[in-house]
Amino acid sequence: MAAAVSHSHEHADPVAHAWHRVRINRLGLWLFLISDGALFAIFAASRFYIAGTAIDPHLNQLLGLAITSLLLLSSFSAYRAETAFAHGNTAHGRTMLLATILMGLLFVGGVAYEWSIAEFAASEVYGTAFFSMTGMHAFHVVTGLLFLAVIWARSGGGRYSQGPAVWPVTAVVIYWHFVDVVWVFFYPTLYLLK
Amino acid sequence: MAILVGLVLAVVGFVAGTGILGGIRTSMGLEYWSTDMSWSVGYPVALIGWLIGVGGWKYWAVEWFGGKAATPPKGVKRYFEWNMDHKVIGIQYGVTFVVLFLLSGLTAMLIRFELMNSGMQLFTEDQYNSAMSFHGIGMVAVAVAIMLGAFGNYIVPLQIGARDMAFPRVNALSYWLVPPVAIMLIIALLIGGWDTGWTAYPPLSVLTKSGQVLFNLAVITFGLVSILGGINFIATIIYERAPGMTWGRLPIFVWGAFAGSLIAFFFTQGFAAGLLMILLDRVVGTSFFHAAEGGSPILYEHVFWFYSHPAVYVMVLPAFGAVLEVLAHMSRKPLYAYRWVVGALLGIVAISGVVWAHHMFTSGMEDYLHAPFLVLTEMISIPTGIIFLSAIGTIWAGRLWMRTPMLFALAFIFNFTVGGLTGIYLADVPTDIHLHDTYFVVAHFHYTIMGGEIFALFAALYYWFPKMTGRQFNETLGKIHFWIMFIGFQLVFIPMFQVGVKGMNRRVADYPEAYEDFNRFISWSGFLLGISFIFFAANMVLSWVRGERAVANPWGASTLEWQVSSPPPEHNFEGQPVIQGGAYEYGVPNAPAHARMGTAAATENV
Ligand SMILES: [Cu+2]
Repeated sequence: MAAAVSHSHEHADPVAHAWHRVRINRLGLWLFLISDGALFAIFAASRFYIAGTAIDPHLNQLLGLAITSLLLLSSFSAYRAETAFAHGNTAHGRTMLLATILMGLLFVGGVAYEWSIAEFAASEVYGTAFFSMTGMHAFHVVTGLLFLAVIWARSGGGRYSQGPAVWPVTAVVIYWHFVDVVWVFFYPTLYLLK
Repeated sequence: MAILVGLVLAVVGFVAGTGILGGIRTSMGLEYWSTDMSWSVGYPVALIGWLIGVGGWKYWAVEWFGGKAATPPKGVKRYFEWNMDHKVIGIQYGVTFVVLFLLSGLTAMLIRFELMNSGMQLFTEDQYNSAMSFHGIGMVAVAVAIMLGAFGNYIVPLQIGARDMAFPRVNALSYWLVPPVAIMLIIALLIGGWDTGWTAYPPLSVLTKSGQVLFNLAVITFGLVSILGGINFIATIIYERAPGMTWGRLPIFVWGAFAGSLIAFFFTQGFAAGLLMILLDRVVGTSFFHAAEGGSPILYEHVFWFYSHPAVYVMVLPAFGAVLEVLAHMSRKPLYAYRWVVGALLGIVAISGVVWAHHMFTSGMEDYLHAPFLVLTEMISIPTGIIFLSAIGTIWAGRLWMRTPMLFALAFIFNFTVGGLTGIYLADVPTDIHLHDTYFVVAHFHYTIMGGEIFALFAALYYWFPKMTGRQFNETLGKIHFWIMFIGFQLVFIPMFQVGVKGMNRRVADYPEAYEDFNRFISWSGFLLGISFIFFAANMVLSWVRGERAVANPWGASTLEWQVSSPPPEHNFEGQPVIQGGAYEYGVPNAPAHARMGTAAATENV
């Protein structure tokens, strides 16, 4: 049969079947992220619609820069974790997962601190944009942390080592990158305009 | 049984969620219960409890904690709990949404009873609003989900030669999110209803009673159903096709499902985002739509229609597919201009996202947006016109087999033409400014969605009924259903165009006496339309229970689902089917058969 045509029957070869599943799962994940990205885009667009490009002067810029750097850095460690698992280096992968979780926790802590010291209310238009966008993003970070924690907890014993078995790690890491990329757009939208 | 456990766990979850919130609130010196906030927090927890109870734990989540998933039972029992077989899920969707359809239709009857005469008859104004709103969202939910949910799930994997959907567990999950939607809408009615129709426009939706919050939570859940379903169909159609099933050989219903899914997975976020913003405004005090603080209700209309215009294509694109499918098989002719139809379906997907503001010509949005949205909206008639021409070309000089599904498919062409032509007056700014918010809009909308999609739904339902139930429906009852429904439908909605042109507003519980004659006529016609569904329901129940056994291929159709038994075996195909030609090569000399069915033994070598 033509190799170009995908097929649904059980593969005689379990490894080929596992890769087939990985391809399907990868597409499903990307479709979900595109769909989720549309939600973020709508909130970002709404920010301009109701609040223009105004920024509240009380925003703590240093804190914003610090948590942004942390999140970017955590994407790097997540990438290192995935690569390590793909090469069968479970121990290093687990360390990198922990580093990612740690930086993610610090990010969420930073957002929470920013919320607690914010001198603007959610009932102002800038506050509406700021709290809803950071809140929704932080919710995604927290779910990402939960996924990372599950992967870390289950990764002992080489469960995710090499080949199609790495997919769960890859999936969580892709999700983590996605959350990171969203912040790359949200940070200038909320902190850097004007 | 599983449903009972689900309900109990949902109540437990709700009590726990609201309890924790209440504890926090009390410690802050606030009242224990706040209807808006308590529902917003209690509902997601209740939802998790429900999913665990109906089998999400037993058949899936237990694996995450090192357990072993249970094996699903056989027989009737499996329809009442979590099941991952696409055929079971298709039936679950079908039955659930037919029930919701009849329920929402019943509210339409009550609405028509109220509108028989000027003055108030049956309802208070508030109750009228709630009935109108329930009818609206109930029917929108049916229209969005039934085609893909029931027939997409059941038929698409069969037509492409797959064993199941790409993500069976996600499939089960999305079905089991549906009952909570219905339950929440009914609870919303019980705690006082809501006033904002299915569109939930602020500022009213931010200020009105708490039934609105339940509506929002329910519809956000429904959005999730639609998104997960859409993703599942896209992945299935891309990766699970049988050998030889190239894109150019796909049955047209599969293309319709694919195009509809593309829209569902990308645009549904708009509705969810708008409803989420209303919740935030109500529960945590943001100002998305508070004009006094600088927010803007027009923002909602943009976000809402960004989804809700494309949503009509989630409804009708699979319907187009089903109708063309029935027309081709029952005219015994190749589908006319197959490639153009595929292009048209994808063209509609492309344009559907840039026409939304045609709903907003009187909203006070920026004037410079009027012209582009007028032109873009008119452009949609090009691809829809192609699909219409393909339907005409397919039946042209064919030998039409006038069975019930064919009657509904032909009626679809007629109704959709009326709906399409009257749409022009609403897309054009000068006429729309007069017609906006009148019964003309109601009539146009019902011609496209009821006359279009719901007629297509019945075409599909009668066409695939033998395959899905293994029984043949009663042809006489089917035809009676068709004729009463078709005539009743015209008699209801044609006068609505006229009363709309004369200026009668929609969504009103009461109206000036001058409109009374029209409304009495519309109401009596409405009851006639309602009666047709008694024949439908009777036919479905009687035929399913004691109908004649259906043969594998009662229509002599070429596509794959008809090459297996009715209903199909557990894993759909004994062997691996191989596709070797187009799906509609009726009467084409020397055309290869659409598929070569594998045998169980031959599969070993594939
Ligand atoms: Cu529209």
